[in-house]
Amino acid sequence: MDAKKKGMTLLAKQRAAGWAFLTPAALMIAIMSFYPMVRAFMISLQKGTGANMQFTGFSNYQRILADKVFQQSIGNTFLYLIIQVPIMLVLAILLAQLLNNRDLKLRGLFRTCVFLPCATSLVSYALIFRSLFATDGLINSVLMKLHILDQGYNFLGNALSAKIVIIIALIWRWTGYNMVFYLAALQNIEYSVYEAAKIDGANGWKTFWGITVPLLKPTIIMTFIMSINGTLQLFDESVNLTKGGPANTTITMSHYIYNTCFINVPNFGYASAMSFLVFIMVAVLAFINLKVGDTRD
Amino acid sequence: MTEKKNKSAIQRRLIPTYIFLIIVSFISVFPLYWMISAATNTSTDVSRGRILPGGYLAENFKNLLAQQPLWKALGNSFFYAVLTTVVCLLICSIAGYGFEVYHDKAKDKLFSILLLAMMVPQVATMVPLFQMFSKAKLLNTAVGFILPMISTPFMIMMFRQNARAFPVDIIEAARIDGLNEVQIFFRMFFPTMRSTYAAAGVIAFMNAWNAYLWPKVIMTDNNSITMPMLIANLITGYVTDYGMLMCGVLFCSIPTMIVFFVLQKQFAEGITGAVK
Repeated sequence: MDAKKKGMTLLAKQRAAGWAFLTPAALMIAIMSFYPMVRAFMISLQKGTGANMQFTGFSNYQRILADKVFQQSIGNTFLYLIIQVPIMLVLAILLAQLLNNRDLKLRGLFRTCVFLPCATSLVSYALIFRSLFATDGLINSVLMKLHILDQGYNFLGNALSAKIVIIIALIWRWTGYNMVFYLAALQNIEYSVYEAAKIDGANGWKTFWGITVPLLKPTIIMTFIMSINGTLQLFDESVNLTKGGPANTTITMSHYIYNTCFINVPNFGYASAMSFLVFIMVAVLAFINLKVGDTRD
Repeated sequence: MTEKKNKSAIQRRLIPTYIFLIIVSFISVFPLYWMISAATNTSTDVSRGRILPGGYLAENFKNLLAQQPLWKALGNSFFYAVLTTVVCLLICSIAGYGFEVYHDKAKDKLFSILLLAMMVPQVATMVPLFQMFSKAKLLNTAVGFILPMISTPFMIMMFRQNARAFPVDIIEAARIDGLNEVQIFFRMFFPTMRSTYAAAGVIAFMNAWNAYLWPKVIMTDNNSITMPMLIANLITGYVTDYGMLMCGVLFCSIPTMIVFFVLQKQFAEGITGAVK
């Protein structure tokens, strides 16, 4: 009886310890993510500034329908998503596959080089690309020396070329990052599988589609979700590489929402409505992705 | 003899691969090389397309110091990043350990709820957090900087995954030896999980050092600015001094580069850590 009682208290003690261990982290996430998310929705139903916020219903959401700049920013963000993410992920898988070849020499060096862009902060690489593609930047000097251009072209002053520069910069920064996931996943695949395929006469292309891609499927889905999430939240690049310009043609959703809060006349209600929409987009896309990824069952 | 021939045939077949990898490596490395080299040249030389290192680094550095609170920003960034890393590792590792070692239905459910926080975009919490923090007088404070960053689902998941490899027998044995649950964590789990801590620490440090949106929101005072904010300030004028700008970018990149080159293995492990 006594022993049983003691045992119970020990178990209860352990259970309590478990809860105590995870409480700080859980509380922080509740206060710093979930509560603000609910607050954001509440603020999105209000208008006014500071202490004079009034309930206004869904008028902030209606305003989105008439806001050409925000619509432009949605379009820009999805353009980056649709063009940049597939190119980057295919390139990352390809590089991982090439670097997973044991006959290849200097593998470590190549891997370090491809991974290196991850060592720069987002603001840093945005500024580097801004300078490289400036009218008096290096890319223009090279093009002029090669007599491809007569005078410097203002890459960042043209809507299309500015978008392309952002996409190039994003691919540069994130391909190595994603490659690391694929390399880690490939290293879990028995190398003998590849050797068997080689003996069976499968060429590189066949091995790639027949072995690598199917085995990497879970990793591909995960990197895809992460990339979608990251792209929908693009901020640093838009602010520092193009400053959203020319004339808001490259601005991202986060950048525009930030401006609505802190640069233009502050409008927290409207900014919150837009940010809630971003949240819904992230959630819906992640959900679709997980569903699509689950088809094998 | 035939094996040798075979090997050289393999290498010959890999030539296109080598060429491709060399091109990709060059593209990956060149912008960083150019940044370092531009930091040592005058703005005019940079604009003229000079790519070799010059002797103007000290001058660029002096100009940067005269225009921007460089030491202040470096000190702030360093302080915020280290503080974030330490607190984040502590909170998330005990949580990950708690979720794994003591797991039951309720805790598993809570865990999957916490994972939903991954879908909450930063920009959506920005306004409410700004209001909360200004009410709590946390603008321009280190506490304000670190609070939203110290507990992330990613980190908790990473520690939980790694705690799975921690043998239950050790915990049972320690309990019989009379250690309480807190002692078991600090004396048994903590020392054996050093590599996980290193990997997680690298990620936490990088994230905090590179943070831009959140510091931009709460660091309203010039005395509290961070390195990414400082270098972003360098392009606000009409004319950009490229030499000075790249000198600033270089300073902003040195800590992350050191982390990258010294702890590359941990960095790679940290990125993929939560998804083993």
